[in-house]
Amino acid sequence: MSEVPKALLEVRQLTKTFSVRSLSGQQAVTAADRVSFDLRGGEVVALVGQSGSGKSTILRVLAGLEAPSEGEVHLHGKPVLGRGLRPTLAFRRSVQIVLQDPFASLNPVHTVAHHLERPLLRHRLVSDRRALALRQAELLASVGLEPTADFLLKKPHELSGGQRQRVAIARALAVTPEIILADEPTSMLDVSVRVGILNLLADLKLSRGLSYLYVTHDLASARYLSDRLLVLCAGRVVESGPTESVIQEPAHPYTRQLLAASGLH
Amino acid sequence: MSDLESRLSGGDEESPLLSIRNLSVDYVGRSAVRAVDDLSLDIRRGEIFGLLGESGSGKSTAILAALRLLPPPAVIVSGQVMFEGVDLLTLDEGALRRLRFRRIAVVLQSAMNALSPVLSIGEQITDVILAHEAASRGDAWARAGELLELVGIEAVRLRSYPHELSGGMRQRVGLAVALALRPALVVLDEPTTALDVVVERQILQRLAELSHARGFSILLVSHDVSSMLEFCDRLGVLYAGRVCEVAPRADLESGARHPYTRGLLDSLLSRHQAGTRLVGIPGAPPDIARPPSGCRFHPRCAFRVDLCEHTIPPLFAPAAGRALACHRPLQLVPPDVDASVPPRRTP
Repeated sequence: MSEVPKALLEVRQLTKTFSVRSLSGQQAVTAADRVSFDLRGGEVVALVGQSGSGKSTILRVLAGLEAPSEGEVHLHGKPVLGRGLRPTLAFRRSVQIVLQDPFASLNPVHTVAHHLERPLLRHRLVSDRRALALRQAELLASVGLEPTADFLLKKPHELSGGQRQRVAIARALAVTPEIILADEPTSMLDVSVRVGILNLLADLKLSRGLSYLYVTHDLASARYLSDRLLVLCAGRVVESGPTESVIQEPAHPYTRQLLAASGLH
Repeated sequence: MSDLESRLSGGDEESPLLSIRNLSVDYVGRSAVRAVDDLSLDIRRGEIFGLLGESGSGKSTAILAALRLLPPPAVIVSGQVMFEGVDLLTLDEGALRRLRFRRIAVVLQSAMNALSPVLSIGEQITDVILAHEAASRGDAWARAGELLELVGIEAVRLRSYPHELSGGMRQRVGLAVALALRPALVVLDEPTTALDVVVERQILQRLAELSHARGFSILLVSHDVSSMLEFCDRLGVLYAGRVCEVAPRADLESGARHPYTRGLLDSLLSRHQAGTRLVGIPGAPPDIARPPSGCRFHPRCAFRVDLCEHTIPPLFAPAAGRALACHRPLQLVPPDVDASVPPRRTP
C-alpha cells in the first residue's frame, strides 16, 4: 500500500448550474463545470480567476450554502455534499467560511462578543458563562485583537476594515474547524493592512494545522499564501499545480493574463 | 516657497498644466472634519500623474474639490487651483462649464453607470461634441465612431444601448466621451475599481498609449499601488489628507523616502520574494475626524522621534519633481552598496 496521505476534502466533478430568466426564456448558466480537486491536511489551495469564473460559487457550494447540481464532496473519505445529502452540523463545524466584505459579514447592531458567542452556543462548545468568556478572549487574542476586554464590547462600526476581518476569522475559528474557506478575504482592505491578514492566516495555519481553500483574483496574494493553485476560467479548471511552478511556467494563456494583471509578469 | 514652487513642478521652464496650492477641504457637520489639509501638487504637461492613497486619505475629495465637483457638505476652506492661467476655485459657473470636457475631462468610478439608458452610445457621444463645438451631426457621428475605436470598441457599437455592453465596455465609452473634445487634462477617479482585474489592465494600458500619442495629461486617482506603479510617470502619496511624498515612479521604486511610502511598497505582494515574509505597516489608517497630532503617520511609524508627535512636517522639495514631508526621511542607498538587500527598518 502506498503512503500517500489521504485527502481531507475531495471534490469530485462538482457542477453548479443556475437557471436565468432571459428574453428567450429560461436559460441554464453553468457557474462551475465538473471541477475536481483534493485539499490535504495543512495545505493551502488557491482558486484563482477573473470575475465570473465561478470561484466564489465553488466556495459557496463547499460551505454548504448552495447545493451542488452534480458531483460529490467527501470529507475524511465520507460523502458530505451531493445529491440527497444535506450538510450536517458536524460538517459545518469542520468547514467554516470567511467572506470578502467584513463590512457586510458582521451584524452592525451586535457586539464582537455576540458574534463569537453565537457559534459557541449553537455548537454547544461551552458549558457555562465562565467558559464562554474565556473562549471569547482566547479567540480574540489568537487573531491579535488585544486588549480583548475592550474589543469584546465594540460594535463593527468602531472597528477598522482589518479589525473586522480579524473578528470574522475569530468567528470562523470558534468551532475549531479543520478547513477554512476564504473568499477574497483581503480584497476590500487597504494595502498596508492586507499583509497583516495574510500573515495571520499563515500563522494560524501552522499553529492550528488548518487547511485553506483561498479564493482570489490576485495571483500575487495566492503566491504568498498557497501551496497549490487551481486556475478557473468560465467555471472550468484550466490549469493546476504547485503554486510556484504554475507562476514560473504558466501553460495556459489565461494564466499569463492573470499574472500580468497581478503585476507578476 | 518660490524654491518649492519651481521644484514641485520639476524645476523646468515650462509651467505646470495644473497647479494646486495649499488646498484645504472640510466636511461640515456638527463639527468640521478636515479631509484635505494644505495640499500642494503640480501636474505637468503630457505626464501621467498618479495620486495614491488608502481609504479615507482624501485623494478623491482633493481632486473633486479642485475641479469644483464636490457637493456640500464639503467646503473648500482655502487654496488655489491654477489651470491654464485661471484659478478654478474663483471661476464663475459659466466659464467653468466651458472648460469642462473641452479642457478638463473627468471620468468617475461610476462613469459606466452614468450613461443614459434610453440613448444609443453614438447619440451620447455626439451630444457632447455638439454641445461644445459647431460641427454637423454627421461629422460628430463619424468622430464618435473614431473615438470608440480609440478606446478599443468597434464603431458598429455606436448603435448599441448601454445595457447591451459589459461594465468594462461602458467604462470605455465613458473614456471616449472624456476624450471627445481633446482635453488637455483627463482626470480619472478610481476609473477601474469596479472592473475585473484583466479588463482594468487593458483600459489603463490603452489610456497610457493615448496619452503618450496625443500628449494630454492624466491625473489618475487610485488606491491600487501596483497598477499605479506600472502606468504613472510620477506619483503623489497622500496620508490622512496630507501629502507625504511626490516622486517620479523610478525614484519611488528605488528609493521612497517617506516611511509610509516605503511601508506601502513593502506591503506589495507583487514585489514579494518567494520564501520571505512581508511586514506591512502595523496599525490602521487613522480616523480623519480625530487625526493624530504632529505628523499624521507617527503612531504607525518605526522611525518617529519626539518632534514627529507634535510638529507637522512641512512639505519640502529634496530634488526636482519631488516633494517630501517628513522630519526623518529615509536615506537613499547608494547604488554601489549591495542593491539586492533593501534597507531594512529596525523597529
